[in-house]
Amino acid sequence: MNPVIGHYALILALFVAALQAALPLAGLSKNNEKLFAFAAPMARIQSALIIFSFLILTYAFYANDFSVYYVAVTSNSHLPLIFRLAAVWGGHEGSMLFWVTILAVWTLAVTFFAKELPLRFRSSLLAVMGLLTVGFLMFILFTSNPFDRIFPAPFDGRDLNPLLQDPGMVFHPPLLYMGYVGFSVAFAFAIAALLDGRLDVTWARWTRPWTTAAWVFLTLGIALGSRWAYYELGWGGWWFWDAVENASFMPWLIGTALIHSLAVTEKRDAFKAWTVLLSICAFSLSLLGTFLVRSGVLTSVHAFATDPSRGLFILLFLVVVIGGALTLFALRAQSVGLGEKFDLVSRESFLLSNNLVLFTATASVLLGTLYPLLIDAMGMGKISVGPPYFDTVFVAIMVPGIFLMGIGPIASWKKASVPDLASKLKWALGISIISALLVPSVMGRLSPMIFVGLLMAFWVISSVLVAIKTRLKAIPGNDVVKKFKTFGPAFNGMLLAHFGLAIFIIGVTMVKGYEQEYDITMHSGETTVINGYDFTFKGTLPVTGPNYKSKQGQFYVTKDGKEIDLLTPEKRYYPVQGAVMTEASISINPVRDIYISLGEELEEGGWSIRIYFKPFVQWIWLGCLLMGLGGLLTMVDKRYRLKKKVTNNESAAT
Amino acid sequence: MKSRHKRIAIIVAGIALLAIAATLLLQSFQSNLVFFFSPTEVIQGKSPSKGNFRVGGLVEAGSVKRDGTKVAFKITDTANTMGVVYTGILPDLFKEGKGIVAQGAQGADGVFVADQVLAKHDENYMPPEAAEALEKAKLNQTMKGEVK
Repeated sequence: MNPVIGHYALILALFVAALQAALPLAGLSKNNEKLFAFAAPMARIQSALIIFSFLILTYAFYANDFSVYYVAVTSNSHLPLIFRLAAVWGGHEGSMLFWVTILAVWTLAVTFFAKELPLRFRSSLLAVMGLLTVGFLMFILFTSNPFDRIFPAPFDGRDLNPLLQDPGMVFHPPLLYMGYVGFSVAFAFAIAALLDGRLDVTWARWTRPWTTAAWVFLTLGIALGSRWAYYELGWGGWWFWDAVENASFMPWLIGTALIHSLAVTEKRDAFKAWTVLLSICAFSLSLLGTFLVRSGVLTSVHAFATDPSRGLFILLFLVVVIGGALTLFALRAQSVGLGEKFDLVSRESFLLSNNLVLFTATASVLLGTLYPLLIDAMGMGKISVGPPYFDTVFVAIMVPGIFLMGIGPIASWKKASVPDLASKLKWALGISIISALLVPSVMGRLSPMIFVGLLMAFWVISSVLVAIKTRLKAIPGNDVVKKFKTFGPAFNGMLLAHFGLAIFIIGVTMVKGYEQEYDITMHSGETTVINGYDFTFKGTLPVTGPNYKSKQGQFYVTKDGKEIDLLTPEKRYYPVQGAVMTEASISINPVRDIYISLGEELEEGGWSIRIYFKPFVQWIWLGCLLMGLGGLLTMVDKRYRLKKKVTNNESAAT
Repeated sequence: MKSRHKRIAIIVAGIALLAIAATLLLQSFQSNLVFFFSPTEVIQGKSPSKGNFRVGGLVEAGSVKRDGTKVAFKITDTANTMGVVYTGILPDLFKEGKGIVAQGAQGADGVFVADQVLAKHDENYMPPEAAEALEKAKLNQTMKGEVK
């Protein structure tokens, strides 16, 4: 198939997307209802064209069509098929096309699942998504065309960066992009609400599962990326506060605030303007993330070949979208209104504090991420912000938030009583304190940070239990099983996600508090005792992979004479790029990981070797998985699928 | 009236809390800023004698000496050269003649004790700090040439 067709499809999609944006907006300003009807068909045509064009590019990778420049620089005929397909988003141009393809997928989904919204609102929502599509398509067509040809076609391609040749590459970017771009629905929703000057409770209910879906994708995407970095980068870290990680974490934090704020808007008709603002912020931060990663202002694993014109374009796009949205917010927020009042002690208050905490945390991450770039841009030298800043500040901000998180789900809406909450939670607090002291006594060391971390984790867990108990008590009857069944997925999902966070905190606290690292030198046949384990090094074996050659270390790990594992860390050499890669080998179990990676081969025939003990490290990702599942569970709640009757009054133009 | 006083008290308390948080935040931020210097600047004494900073440049050919997991090497911005020691495993792309960035502090003997060595993930890629160090050195040399 000719790649040119893909290019044409993109150009056509640009025009259709422009119509998808322009016609409904014209309808809105001219009060012409007929124009609204164009939004959905245009959106569908445009999405189909983009997806088609994406498939054409994928086919070029499948067929090793190195006459396409992008394929030639990111793939190679020896690359295994699954990585050839993942290589579609392995470089700048392709990942931008992938971004817009995901946007097309979300757009398509909106055209099918937004029937309960009034036509007018649905159309302006699609118009906003059309505008975003136009922006990104222009970016692709003018600065980053993935279908550019190269004549004569090279005999073979330059290969995918060996670091990216990993199953993580197959799943991490799609999940992350689904998350990033998913917030565009919430964004479009907010803009449409501002254009309309109204935020209806039923609309808030409609947008909740969408936002949660984006959040679930983002959660899983970030977790997967973190786990990938953990085993791939060879130094056993799982989060580096690297600017690119922060770029994905900031939308996550604001997204978390948003799903909580949306809950209040839907249930209590409150926090309206705030919800709109958060929707704008979540997507703006997604765009900022794209800008940071793709413009070349940052250099990291994620940064590809850079071109200043691209950075300028995205920056401009960023200014237009964020600036425009915030201006619109400033002008129209009043008409959306603040919503219902509530008492100082109420679930609304707790959720508001949660929002403020998450907002502040985001701001602190933003400061640490952007400040060095700003200083550099002004020519004032190069600086970096050390991870200790993020560690201390982030934890300090989150601790009160997590404390409130234990109380929030138990407090009643509108007005709650302090003595009542205290009596419900005093046992939870006591048990948390005792557990937070007990675990370190088993592990043999206690520090303030370990105590605080465990206290927060156990506090969340015990308050989840209290929430279940309170809910059970509130339902009349004696049959506990029957009562459980009345809970509903939304409530269960919320508790599961909170529980997941507790698991995550346990993982982080245990790893930070008790991890051990050893850099040693070993020769073949040697045995070293570390931490009660015997490590016997049996030398390295040569291994030939599909597109690399490797030396594979053989380490027998035993404890008290019992065999635990055979660990086989590798040093791989990828001839196409002349790159050397370290592949760590990890013995995983629920309470500890043993992590070995090979350093360099020394002149006398030994190897420098790095061995880590990482207690409870898997809990970090398990916790994220539970959070994601919790989010998923809330989405299947029945009330999101109740068809709302749209009265004529509601859809009529005013 | 009473509820109004209560509200004012809450607002004041909130602002005070926010101010404290902001102060702590900025303090932590300030103390965690790591500045970058080129070997020339380090030799001129522009880098802090205490505390962490970053240096960057090319690993000088033939300067890497290993002793178990201890590594000593020299980095250069082509104008000046300085010694660095590091204990641990170096990144895969650490090579003589390639750009790196080291983070650490100046030892008593003038040798830079690195606790982190960064070489990035792409063969042709030069850490921006290292690139800047070379650039600066080049600029200085041409300026000196003009003076002569």
